[in-house]
Amino acid sequence: MTDHKNHAEHAEAHLREKHLMLDPLPRGRMNEMVMESMRHITWKFWVVFGILAAISAYGLFYSWGVMIAEGLGVAGVNRPVYWGIFLVNTVFWIGISHAGTFISAILRVFKAEFRRPFTRAAELMTTFGLVQAGFSIFMHMGRVWLSYWLMPYPNQRLLWPNLHSPLSWDLLAITTYILGSTMYLFLPLIPDMAMARDRSTGWRKTLYKILALGFRGTEGEWTHLRNAMNIFAFAIIPVMFSVHTIVSWDFAAATRPGWSSTIFGPYFVIGALHSGMGAVITVLAIIRGTMKHMKYFIRPEHFDAIGKLMLIISMTWAYFFFNDYMVQWYGGDKWTKQLLHFHEAGPMGWMWFAMLVCNVVIPWAILWNPKWRSTPWLVSTVGIIINVGMWFERYIIVPISLTINRMPFTWRMYQPGIEIPLGIGTLAFFALLYMAASKLIPLIPVWEVQEGQMAHELKKFGRETVVTVSELE
Amino acid sequence: MATLNDLKISEVKLSEGEGGKWGMVIDQDICTGCQACVAACAMENNISFVGEEDSGYGRSMHWIRIERFWEGEYPEVKMTPNQPMLCQQCGSAPCEPVCPAFATVHSQAEKLNLQVYNRCVGTRYCANNCPYQVRSFNWRDYKRPEPLANQLNPDVTVRRRGVMEKCTFCIQRIHKAQDQAKAEGREVMDGEFTTACAQACPANAITFGRTDDPRSLVSQLAKRRGHGAKHLEELGTLPNVTYFKGG
Repeated sequence: MTDHKNHAEHAEAHLREKHLMLDPLPRGRMNEMVMESMRHITWKFWVVFGILAAISAYGLFYSWGVMIAEGLGVAGVNRPVYWGIFLVNTVFWIGISHAGTFISAILRVFKAEFRRPFTRAAELMTTFGLVQAGFSIFMHMGRVWLSYWLMPYPNQRLLWPNLHSPLSWDLLAITTYILGSTMYLFLPLIPDMAMARDRSTGWRKTLYKILALGFRGTEGEWTHLRNAMNIFAFAIIPVMFSVHTIVSWDFAAATRPGWSSTIFGPYFVIGALHSGMGAVITVLAIIRGTMKHMKYFIRPEHFDAIGKLMLIISMTWAYFFFNDYMVQWYGGDKWTKQLLHFHEAGPMGWMWFAMLVCNVVIPWAILWNPKWRSTPWLVSTVGIIINVGMWFERYIIVPISLTINRMPFTWRMYQPGIEIPLGIGTLAFFALLYMAASKLIPLIPVWEVQEGQMAHELKKFGRETVVTVSELE
Repeated sequence: MATLNDLKISEVKLSEGEGGKWGMVIDQDICTGCQACVAACAMENNISFVGEEDSGYGRSMHWIRIERFWEGEYPEVKMTPNQPMLCQQCGSAPCEPVCPAFATVHSQAEKLNLQVYNRCVGTRYCANNCPYQVRSFNWRDYKRPEPLANQLNPDVTVRRRGVMEKCTFCIQRIHKAQDQAKAEGREVMDGEFTTACAQACPANAITFGRTDDPRSLVSQLAKRRGHGAKHLEELGTLPNVTYFKGG
């Protein structure tokens, strides 16, 4: 009898340790933990922050200034590779931004409970990733100071942007996405801002007072908030799918071998999720390792759950990759055939193979094992490797595919120039924004975690301990 | 074989408000590859003087280029005929729909592809989408060494960095001839003017004129030779430049 009892208690303790939803803390204590994670700034933080600020200042702002002043000659883009790493980075950052929406909108709509502690960390990636995508696309323009001409604004000469151009669709789609996802980031933040406002003093209090929009937690306020969040969660999903489909049309709508492929829409969306998931898991591992109290909120179960998603996405990506090659090869165009061979047998063939190893071989080899995929450092390393692989994939699609065209006289390899510091600059600026945000807004949506913990309960039915849940939302 | 001297320059009349459909015939068999067209085009159209260093990186700017290929494996190589390549002034141009700013547009009057330099923001999508790869981009502001700065053509805009440009079929000459004819109360004659490349060609390999008039020199040449080919016609771009080879 005592054995059974011990056993049951053991199982219960194990379940509580494993699942955040079954391991509640007093609400005051949890709020205090989140507040402390924001206030707790060590000297290490400032060192990393300073280094990143210096890299952003040189890599992004100074280099961009040089490029504006000198012209695009300082970059490596050239005939026939008119688009280089700039476009690679644009697609890359838009891809990173997809995971945030995927996690917080799709998992919210499907009521996946494991999402609760990290929806905001993922959503922040969306917003900051889109900022870098914007930088990357604007810096590639020859006359960026005239970029407002791409906006439809009334003018005396009745000049409008050309809505036949995929770039115009892109601009509309990305603008919609950045506005929508920022609002969607902000809505669930309101109750946490109110929480922070009530627990801080000084400039923080002023900041949170403004951002909380006077939220007090009345029934009417919660109802409005829930309605708004529901609308946004559903509405942002088609926007998310459309954005990367439209990004793919920049390539698919062109008359170029290797680009005019009808599968590019879904292929790009899956590619975006692939790199985005890898980025989310990397960021989560960093947050967990460096910020105070985060080991309570972000647990191996979350890495396990995202790891499963990564594995499935990797398999889907492999299918679309194969399909893309298949369809293009079957088309029988002689230039496309030449290009496909150039991909794997040309001077950049090593990148093609590295892409397959990073995107397929390594994720499949590691993520099938529940123990391995629950290990934060291991699975986040896989996340970084996937991102390297996805960057290679975009590099193969943009500069390498542009090398080969129908005029062999113009063929020329791409040698990057100032694109490299600019690309590193966007990466550093992303990390910089994220670090700043981690100390200014609660990275954990406390109220959502508490809501989930209230709904979940361990109950005993006879000898068995069962996880029960009250009706979800 | 017909030569240019056998052909009579007919009197081609343009009706008011119609620019005509301009076209070009290039005879690769008599092209010597002397690059006179390239030089003449650069002088006529104020094309930037890129200089040695950037040219070495492949940034030289030309609206027309002479392409030449090797055929076969060394040492059994054969040179192909010279192939002057310039904007084909497509009837259905891939560069046009992709420009987000309407800087690449089709002119209804001249039936040419125009590049509006001061509307161009430099996305370079048009150059990616051009199957002929004939657009050139101003990667920098290049200085014109003396005395090149003194010979700028006042009829042609000087472009700055960040702007795409390409062959215009010397549209300034088309307009000048039309204005002159109008002032004199007559119509533009075939052969009254020609493009800089055609004018400079010592072998008369390039002929320019109206392709929609069967009596013009280009139309007659195309008819006599009978086997003109257009580049990448299978893409449906409707190019306005016809090439003769192996005749």
